[in-house]
Amino acid sequence: MSGRIANWGVRHGHACVSTIGHLARHGLASVLTVLAIGVALSLPLALQVLVDNVGGLGGELSDSVGLSVYLKPQVSEAAARQLAATLRARRDVARVTVISAAAGLTLLRQQSGLGAALDALSGNPLPNVLEIHPAATATSPSQLETLRAALAANAGVDTVQLDRDWALRFNAIVALARELLVVSAALLAAGVIAIISNTVRLEIQGRTAEIEVTKLVGGSNAFVRRPFLYAGVAYGAVGALLACAIVTGVRLALAGAVADLAAAYGSHFALQGPGLREVSLLIGSGVVLGWLGALLTAGRQIARLAPQAG
Amino acid sequence: MIRFEHVSKRYPNGRDALADVSFEIGAGEMVFLTGRSGAGKSTVLKLIALLERPSRGQVWVNGQSTAKLSSRRIARFRRGIGIVFQDHRLLQDRPVFDNVALPLMVADVSLRDLDRRVRAALDQVGLLGRERALPPELSVGEQQRVGIARAIVSKPPVLIADEPTGNLDAALAGEVIGLFRRFQEAGVTVLIATHDLARVGSVGCRELTLRDGVVVSAAAGSEEPLPVIVAVR
Ligand SMILES: Nc1ncnc2c1ncn2[C@@H]1O[C@H](COP(=O)(O)OP(=O)(O)OP(=O)(O)O)[C@@H](O)[C@H]1O
Ligand SMILES: [Mg+2]
Repeated sequence: MSGRIANWGVRHGHACVSTIGHLARHGLASVLTVLAIGVALSLPLALQVLVDNVGGLGGELSDSVGLSVYLKPQVSEAAARQLAATLRARRDVARVTVISAAAGLTLLRQQSGLGAALDALSGNPLPNVLEIHPAATATSPSQLETLRAALAANAGVDTVQLDRDWALRFNAIVALARELLVVSAALLAAGVIAIISNTVRLEIQGRTAEIEVTKLVGGSNAFVRRPFLYAGVAYGAVGALLACAIVTGVRLALAGAVADLAAAYGSHFALQGPGLREVSLLIGSGVVLGWLGALLTAGRQIARLAPQAG
Repeated sequence: MIRFEHVSKRYPNGRDALADVSFEIGAGEMVFLTGRSGAGKSTVLKLIALLERPSRGQVWVNGQSTAKLSSRRIARFRRGIGIVFQDHRLLQDRPVFDNVALPLMVADVSLRDLDRRVRAALDQVGLLGRERALPPELSVGEQQRVGIARAIVSKPPVLIADEPTGNLDAALAGEVIGLFRRFQEAGVTVLIATHDLARVGSVGCRELTLRDGVVVSAAAGSEEPLPVIVAVR
């Protein structure tokens, strides 16, 4: 068993040395490949970081989301306050403000300039209204819809109006960005596989003499393939690291402008990330893509190379 | 150790390189394969190393029929055969050490053993101290000897050599043949293809002569150099 492990070590040691030697000898081509992979991977990473950051903004936006609950005319102000108290206990509700019919009429008088016309009315035509602010954790469209339905189900409730346009639009944009992220990640993953496949193909073509001789002295296809797989993995991993560096660089470069913009809206928002989770995920993807890309080409190309009867 | 049974080889271009060739070389024997240029010597060696497949007949090496080897097994099979090529087939951009180490690397020999064995092989061909040289920096004869070192470094039971003395002067050629003789004495089966036996002498070994793809003589070894087979290159 330990013999087998030692053997494994030897084999991979040889392949590693061979890979490193080769990458060193073909510096420029390797650098260009890594650059292409880094740029390709930085796009989905940037989107991910953006979505994470902006998704967090949803909390700040919860203040701008509100539901107006119009109670039936026969519901008294006391009953309205009673209902408000029950609603405050809900987890998805942050604040409930009661605007009594009387207070509503005063507001209307002040804001509309319809004082005389309102005086002419015999009674107060306005119902009691509850202004509801959902909890920051409950601002997604589906959660708001659940809340709206729950409110509407109350006996004394006439209508529920959701003042949600801008929050909904915002959430829809974030959702779209998430889907865009998935699609772009898939496309660029295919792109990275293609880049690495092509680089490995060119390297194999540049080393046909070496591969042939290696096979002549008894090198198996697996042996010949190994350094190319290592190279693919190295390209993927280093490219992923480069992508992280690019995105972090862009974030730092934008920090000032973002701070100004946030200040203009009275927010302390600042771009975060990419965090450890994103970085390790990206490097993992880079490794897998590199390995796949190299495997796809190397397997076929090497088996096809002479010596003929091999 | 090496057995040809009614072997014919026709290349894809229709050229018949071998026609119904049969012979046997026992374990630990050293045999010269002679014949003029184009007679089929290299073809015989390629069939042994599985660089080509016979069109008809069977080739046995090390008690194994080469016909039944899957492509997976070919690599392992080749590790049992040391090959010296007519054109040495060295990696021009790799130092002598790497070239000679290659058969050990494919056999997963550890780095420490590798170093020792490469030096021992280079010592045997008189090139100790040239490990770091690149093949283009060596003379043709030195390159040939690097090729021999590579063929013997993994101590294969079978050694086949295609014109191993082709580019050497008489003294060096004699030395190289002496080297093969020592391997044979150590138990290795040796087959040397040459069109120039007169120059090196058969040193008491059996000789197989090919003409136009047919074995025309299988002379027993004699201490005297055999009649000249005209070398046309
Ligand atoms: N790959 C090939 N495709 C087609 N024909 C070939 C091929 N290799 C060899 N031949 C032909 O087969 C015949 C035998 O060739 P082979 O190389 O075995 O001769 P040889 O005895 O080694 O000659 P030399 O002494 O010049 O090396 C020749 O006529 C040659 O033209
Ligand atoms: Mg030949």
